[in-house]
Amino acid sequence: MLANFMPTSADYLRFMPEIILTIAGTLIMLLEAMMKPGRKPIVQWLAAGALILGIFHALNTSEGMAFNGMLAVDGMAVFFRVLVMVAGLLVLFGSGDYLKRENADASEYYALVLFSIVGQCIMASANELIMIFIGLEISSIATYILAGFLRDDSRNNEAALKYFLLGSFATAFLLYGVAWMYGATGSTNLSQIHLTLLSGAAPNLSLIGIAAALIFVGLAFKLSAAPFQGWAPDVYQGAPAPVSGFMTVGPKAAAFAVLIRVFTLALGPTSDSWLPIIWACALATMLVGNLAALLQTNIKRMLAYSSIAHAGYVLVAIAANSGTGSAAAMFYLAAYAFTNIGAFMIVAHIARKGEKYVAIEDLAGLSQKQPALAAMLTIFLLSLIGVPLTGGFFGKFYIFKAALDSNLVWLTVLAALNSAIAAYYYLRILVVMYMKEPGESTDNMPVASPLLQVAIFGSAIMTLVLGIMPGWVLDAAIRASN
Amino acid sequence: MNLLDLVLFLPLIGFLAILILPKESSRMTAMLLSLAIFVISLGLLSPYLGSETPTGYQFVSNISWIESPAIRYHIGMDGLTLWLVLLSTLLTPIAVLISWKYIDHRIKEYFAFLMLLEFGVIGVFVSLDLFLFYTFWEVSLVPMYFLIGIWGHERRIYAAVKFFLFTMAGSVLMLAAIIYLYNVTGTFDYVSIQSMIQSGSLTFTPTTELLLFLAFFGAFAIKVPLFPLHTWLPDAHVEAPTAGSLMLASVMLKMGTYGLVRFCLTLFPVAAEEAAPWIGGLAIIGIVYGALVALVQPNMKKLVAYSSVSHLGFVVLGIFSLNQQGLDGAVYQMLNHGISTGALFILVGYLYERRHSLEIAAYGGVATPAPNLAIIFLITTLASIGLPLLNNFVGEYLVLQGAAKHNFAWAIFAALGVILSACYMLWLYQRTFYGKASEAVSHHVPDLTTREWAAILPLVALMFWMGIYAQTFMPAISAQNAVILNQMQKNRVQQVAIPATPGLNQGVGVRNAR
Repeated sequence: MLANFMPTSADYLRFMPEIILTIAGTLIMLLEAMMKPGRKPIVQWLAAGALILGIFHALNTSEGMAFNGMLAVDGMAVFFRVLVMVAGLLVLFGSGDYLKRENADASEYYALVLFSIVGQCIMASANELIMIFIGLEISSIATYILAGFLRDDSRNNEAALKYFLLGSFATAFLLYGVAWMYGATGSTNLSQIHLTLLSGAAPNLSLIGIAAALIFVGLAFKLSAAPFQGWAPDVYQGAPAPVSGFMTVGPKAAAFAVLIRVFTLALGPTSDSWLPIIWACALATMLVGNLAALLQTNIKRMLAYSSIAHAGYVLVAIAANSGTGSAAAMFYLAAYAFTNIGAFMIVAHIARKGEKYVAIEDLAGLSQKQPALAAMLTIFLLSLIGVPLTGGFFGKFYIFKAALDSNLVWLTVLAALNSAIAAYYYLRILVVMYMKEPGESTDNMPVASPLLQVAIFGSAIMTLVLGIMPGWVLDAAIRASN
Repeated sequence: MNLLDLVLFLPLIGFLAILILPKESSRMTAMLLSLAIFVISLGLLSPYLGSETPTGYQFVSNISWIESPAIRYHIGMDGLTLWLVLLSTLLTPIAVLISWKYIDHRIKEYFAFLMLLEFGVIGVFVSLDLFLFYTFWEVSLVPMYFLIGIWGHERRIYAAVKFFLFTMAGSVLMLAAIIYLYNVTGTFDYVSIQSMIQSGSLTFTPTTELLLFLAFFGAFAIKVPLFPLHTWLPDAHVEAPTAGSLMLASVMLKMGTYGLVRFCLTLFPVAAEEAAPWIGGLAIIGIVYGALVALVQPNMKKLVAYSSVSHLGFVVLGIFSLNQQGLDGAVYQMLNHGISTGALFILVGYLYERRHSLEIAAYGGVATPAPNLAIIFLITTLASIGLPLLNNFVGEYLVLQGAAKHNFAWAIFAALGVILSACYMLWLYQRTFYGKASEAVSHHVPDLTTREWAAILPLVALMFWMGIYAQTFMPAISAQNAVILNQMQKNRVQQVAIPATPGLNQGVGVRNAR
């Protein structure tokens, strides 16, 4: 490595989205201190503006390496960066109502969302184990705080503490794996590791195996993949609903980006040794998520288990270990982002102050009180079930296609049957919404603010667009995976 | 944009229109639109009016939907699907009409879902792209789920969820099989895959073919439903509102039998032939079992539901006789069942609206206060048990002939079903309409209203028409069935003639396919 390396302007340009978001985040923190109370909306728009600018920059970046091979700003990085920023944008719009209601409309929230996204953007483009670690930490620390954002709420505190303890534990595993990997290959650069493995010069495959296993454990925690999923239900249930929605999408997508980069790409030459683990992990994750979700009565907890199950489907795509598989994972994560954030925004809205109404039964008769809201939630649930003409279906279809392409017939069949099991618990919500009479919980439900309405409606439209005209996102994913 | 596109998409437009327009106009919008769709759909008959009966697809649209993977909006209609489409478009206005008064809450959603259902089922019948077919297959599930779950009777939620899960569980494996076919052929296009098999450029090993066949067959068998996968049907029928039962029995069950004819026979001919004895056996068990269970039902809607299991056993038996008569009879019987069982559900619904009970014991002597209702019910009963000059006779006769040709024992056992159907239907009729009318019956069961006449008369007319002059309907069906059997024969020869090369692409030999 060059000791006197000087970044060029091209390096900075490729790092522009992260720079913009960091500046905006810092600015928001300063403004919070200086601004008179009651002039807060400006902050939300500042954060939104930064994200839009970031997306614009990410889309117009010239592809290539940056900072001496530390970052790989390639198609995949662009895809995941845009994905997490769009998810962040939706969460920003979807959080205003919630924060006002809980008297927690502080600017730090928006700054933390931005910092979390910065970390995820770095993870998406990191081509270096150390960078992955830095990105993961930036993303995680911001998310730990977000999970406990309502500091007077004991459930929030529990969620944040649990997330923090287990998350740090996982990060330690990852870091330990990085150390082993450095010891085994003499490098922390993914391209370099890939070359070393290809050349056959790697000294000891079992050392690399241990390193890969440790890194996988660290990532599996972040993905909430079985058997490391234990924290997810408690944390997603306890955290503020919009934050839960964000956590099921942003950090997860970024962790999948890392998984693809480290395993599918860098460790590709040794795929025989780690593919069976992914295979088993995918199956276990789907089963655990779906079977546990069948029993839930709290809608946030049910969506938490459902998000575990969906991580399992994406792992099926990773197990396919092919370009199509990576593309399928990316498309699925994009479709899932809109679907799940949309669902969580509606849950947050229905929950009302103090998240009072979060039982599935509390949705009783929603279709009669607020037909439009119920229709949107129906679209999201149908997408989660995987009914055609929704993004969730096309994503699942493409994952099955990738898996069958790689001759994973059994895994595909099991994943398909899993999605039939999953239909049951999503249908239960539809049953309550449409087939039960309205109760006290849906009386006097406030109308969502225009901004929240736009965010929910936009997510629903995108869910349908990804199901009916998936071509443009799919093309981007396929290009990114090549 | 041809006529078939119009017939397919007008219901979707109707769905959106009903959602947008105020709820006071929902009924009228649904009525006018569904009638208009029916009238327009009559135009689909035009190619079949000449002296020559055309075979092959009419009104084909074939444009790209999704570039990669290559998914096409490829639709078309042939002699097999012509009547199924017309049946769907005919029954939708009738469904609207019989719901006119009965549905008194959440009217807007109800009629919207009815139109969405029409969109789904027509789509299933006309899709020639496997992905498109699967899309419609699943999309048609959603409105029916809501129709049963919101407007059904007491145990409606259980029935709706069971209906959804059964169908879903069957169809996910079909999806896997469809994707597998795509991965080996590079296309979802049914016509192309069919011709690849026919030309011998696509062959499967026997095991692969059997597994693919079973994946498709499972989805269809649940939908038909074939014994022992029928348990969702009585629940769904009993709990659904009348129009839901009508659409479910008359149109949605046909999606399953249609799928068997269209996909299972031509794509997997060897497996179909090997499995035929087993499937025929299940069909016969279904015929007899359905009839026996119908015999002891105290609930008349459940009785009609089990009679459906029995009747559809006939259809499956006809299909897997794998000869011209059997197949002709099966397809004709699909239409017959749609009309006569549909009419039975409507009539049972009329009785329910009057007396608010589905228990046979709550009736008796209905013929006294409601003679017209009794006559119509009698005609429908006789049609359902296969009296000559009425529609079911033609279909059942052909099925039995085809079955006898395939295996004489089949015909003997299946004929038992015909006898049993006379028993349970006539006994139902006797208990409901004859005897002395109780106080409750004579006060609460008035005769048919004009609206009710209007809904049932077209079906009664068709029972006579299809029973007396099958010649109107048969040539198109028969010609297309001959094509299907011919394709099946050719494909079978190809599959048998070329021993697949083991090891190549996991048991699938693809030559010149890509």
